[in-house]
Amino acid sequence: MKRKLRIVRAAVLLAVVALVLSACGGGGGQTSGGGDQTGSGAHLLIWTGGGPGGEATKKLGEAWGKENGVNVAVQLVPENLQTQFVTASQAGKAPDVVMGAHDWIGNLVQNGAIDPIQMTEDTRAAYEKLAIEAVTFNGQTYGVPFTMNNIVLFRNTDLAPEAPSSIEDLVATGKQLKAAGKTSEILALPVGPTGDPYHINPLYTSGGGYMFGQQPEGGYNPKDLGVGKPSSVQAYEKIAALGEKGEGALKRSIAGDNILSLFTAKKTAYMISGPWQFADLKKTKLHYDVSPVPAFEGGKPARPFITVDAAYVASKGQNKLLAQEFVTNYWSTPEVNLALFKASPNVPALKAALEQIKASDPLVVKVADAGRKSGQIMPSIPEMAAVWDPLGKAEAAVVAGSDPASSISAAGKAIQASLK
Amino acid sequence: MAKSEVREKATLTPPEKKPPRFGMEADGTSSPAGLIIKIAVLAMVLGIAVWAALPLLADQRWVGLAIVVLVTALLFYIYLSPRRVPAKYLIPGTLFLIVFQIVPVLYTMSTAFTNFGDAHRGSKQDAIAAIEGTSVQQVPGTPEYVLSLATKGDPTTGDIVFLLTDPATKQSFAGTSEGLEELAADDIQVGPDGKVVEAPGYTVLNIGQASARAEDISQFSVPTDRGAIKNQGLSRAFEGTPLRAYDASCDCIKDAESGQTWTADDSNGLFVDSKGEALAQGWKVNVGFRNFTDVLSDQTLRASFLKMLVWNFGFAIGTVVITFALGLLVALVLNKEELKGRRIYRSLIILPYAMPVVAMYLVWRDMFNTDFGLLNRLLGTHINWFGTTASAMFAILLVQLWLGYNYMFLVCTGALQSISADLTEAAQVDGAKPSYAFRTITFPLLLVALAPLLIASFAFNFNNFNAIYLVSQGAPFPPDNPQAGNTDILITYTYRLAFGGAGAQYGLAAAISVFIFLIVAVISILSFRRTHALEEIN
Repeated sequence: MKRKLRIVRAAVLLAVVALVLSACGGGGGQTSGGGDQTGSGAHLLIWTGGGPGGEATKKLGEAWGKENGVNVAVQLVPENLQTQFVTASQAGKAPDVVMGAHDWIGNLVQNGAIDPIQMTEDTRAAYEKLAIEAVTFNGQTYGVPFTMNNIVLFRNTDLAPEAPSSIEDLVATGKQLKAAGKTSEILALPVGPTGDPYHINPLYTSGGGYMFGQQPEGGYNPKDLGVGKPSSVQAYEKIAALGEKGEGALKRSIAGDNILSLFTAKKTAYMISGPWQFADLKKTKLHYDVSPVPAFEGGKPARPFITVDAAYVASKGQNKLLAQEFVTNYWSTPEVNLALFKASPNVPALKAALEQIKASDPLVVKVADAGRKSGQIMPSIPEMAAVWDPLGKAEAAVVAGSDPASSISAAGKAIQASLK
Repeated sequence: MAKSEVREKATLTPPEKKPPRFGMEADGTSSPAGLIIKIAVLAMVLGIAVWAALPLLADQRWVGLAIVVLVTALLFYIYLSPRRVPAKYLIPGTLFLIVFQIVPVLYTMSTAFTNFGDAHRGSKQDAIAAIEGTSVQQVPGTPEYVLSLATKGDPTTGDIVFLLTDPATKQSFAGTSEGLEELAADDIQVGPDGKVVEAPGYTVLNIGQASARAEDISQFSVPTDRGAIKNQGLSRAFEGTPLRAYDASCDCIKDAESGQTWTADDSNGLFVDSKGEALAQGWKVNVGFRNFTDVLSDQTLRASFLKMLVWNFGFAIGTVVITFALGLLVALVLNKEELKGRRIYRSLIILPYAMPVVAMYLVWRDMFNTDFGLLNRLLGTHINWFGTTASAMFAILLVQLWLGYNYMFLVCTGALQSISADLTEAAQVDGAKPSYAFRTITFPLLLVALAPLLIASFAFNFNNFNAIYLVSQGAPFPPDNPQAGNTDILITYTYRLAFGGAGAQYGLAAAISVFIFLIVAVISILSFRRTHALEEIN
């Protein structure tokens, strides 16, 4: 018994020593492997959103990496990319390049997460003017844009052959079609139970309202909030007339997730949405056309928001040299822009790319024209983040039929309080 | 006679055996299998400790290293000593309690005393570096150079040199730490894009070599009379100057172009100018009790805090009461042995317990949809469930009832079966009505067994984030304070403040979390004290 025990003890002792040594070896390998990152091999870490655009970014990133002998890793982060990027940046684990919307710039700059980019005059001139304006904040350019989207009016040409000249015209035609039993809804504009200020903005601006006033040198003035002012109340009075207690063109049960099915099932002749719908619409045999969102009769021009997607260089990335090279020299080429467009039909921001798709995708060019004519760059100041929630809920209340004056001034007060 | 007895007794007692110093029973183990398991587990602990210690050592994090060493030493001491038996049972639970409960609570409390949030994340140095870095402007009139990264001599150790070409004049320069030096066109070879490909005395770097010297390159710049030339990536360079610089003598940021000054406001963590406008980048500062007083004094926050506190209590107590009531009722009914098919009923009731709770909350949320939901379709109504406060509260409590009564059914069944049937039989013999017997005999005995579970259920539901956030999201929202919905509980409100769209405010959210913690802790302590009173009935 005693000998057996001694053998067992010896065997277990051996196993313990082996485990500890392997842990040492593993630990050492870990640190040297980690050290490798900033050592001899060149690395680049890119974060981007999910979907076909993300997959295309992965392919493009790896192609650049192979061409230049750099180890490129593209991570797809479909949800909460902005929050995760800011948190990672603060924890010292930032990627080198991040792709995101331009309205993140204010928040990313105030958290010291991105670096400005110096663009040559030629590069700047190759982009749409509004795209460059969108990525400019406090006089500095922060990102290289690659898409420039805005919403337009989609129209079923079988049901409504002519583009409406105004909202009233649209509603009249929609009501006629509804009365004739051809459709069941007048208009598919996403509202949802908590509202959608992004999609209602053309009607809001046409009715006379504004989000933030403009600074004389360009950019938005956070001290001049338009929500709550008499102009915003007047605009929402016009919107209330179209709501559930009015014409019934705007409903809270219509939201982003059902407008496409309403349009493709021919339950409505009109849909207000963006170029991201083109991919799904191509699969159906629907005859449709796009035109700018019409304005109220006698009102101001209807200005949809322009959102730009851009590539940014992270301030706290480990490989800024390669990040700057990737963003300023590779991401700004027309080939990359076109490859991204083929994967996901957003309007390209490069003028050259837009020229090249004129023949094959005329509708995308129409969207770009609408944006250029009357688009309004979505404010990227950090104060804008405080507007979405209260204004959306007020919009939902107004569409439901509550008094515009009280709802909108209450929303304005709530926003002012959170901006303090 | 007595003497020899004593002497015999003395010789009869066996000599004291010395405790073994190594091997079995040296540390309290009494079986070979136990010894093997103990050695294996301790080996794993040692392995993990070594694996964790090496990166800490490499990064020179002495506090973390000390913690790892101390914890490992403590574990080895406790498990290898023969005596510390209570500690052997308590130490794993205590360690996990410290790591997963106490440390996060302390960290949250310390965050509540700061203004940690968007624009206040880093240190003052970080903010200054960000302000200076984002104020660099290209000096007007200077060319945008085409750059070739090079070194003087060995690529891994030589001084960095920028080989620049002005695309307009086609003139090439060598930029060193002393300034720009013109390069004669005959000496060098220039590629088609303007990049210098070869130059005497300089080694042009390829991407791999440049990437290896990335840190030196990022700190290198060529001084000029109006600023400095810095690289932008591998193939571009420009002459720029930072417009804003930090001046330590006045603790302020000065703008060279406009002359504006922003002075550091250390109580708010911002640089403010004379008009009160602040620069975008700020830093994290200690604000003392400001977050706590804000919660109590700010009008909008205070009004919503009280309202949410009342609903929070009502929701937690209501959930416990209705689930307990239904669970107890069903347990009583299914406790009767005469009832046929008890097994089937029991399985059907337990089935929802096996479903993932989060998915169930989402399914119920869609059942309450005004236009397409199951409930409205079945009842033929068009109720906007989450449009009014009362219907939203009813909807949430209904979901909680469906999800929670089967757990209560299980525990009540167990507790009912532990009550001896003799007691109720005796009461029956004495002529007591069944309801009277239940009220005076069964129910108090049940409560003795179940009181801790009910308290635990209350504490759990007080912070039941999923129940509110996934079902109603806090709807309906009053227009005057869209952040605080009418069915919001404190934790969902805190979550919206910390991670909602209007910028992260972790300090304020941490302060509200501390309030929640204090409320739940006080109630739990008081409740557990009272349950000792219940024990005395028995």
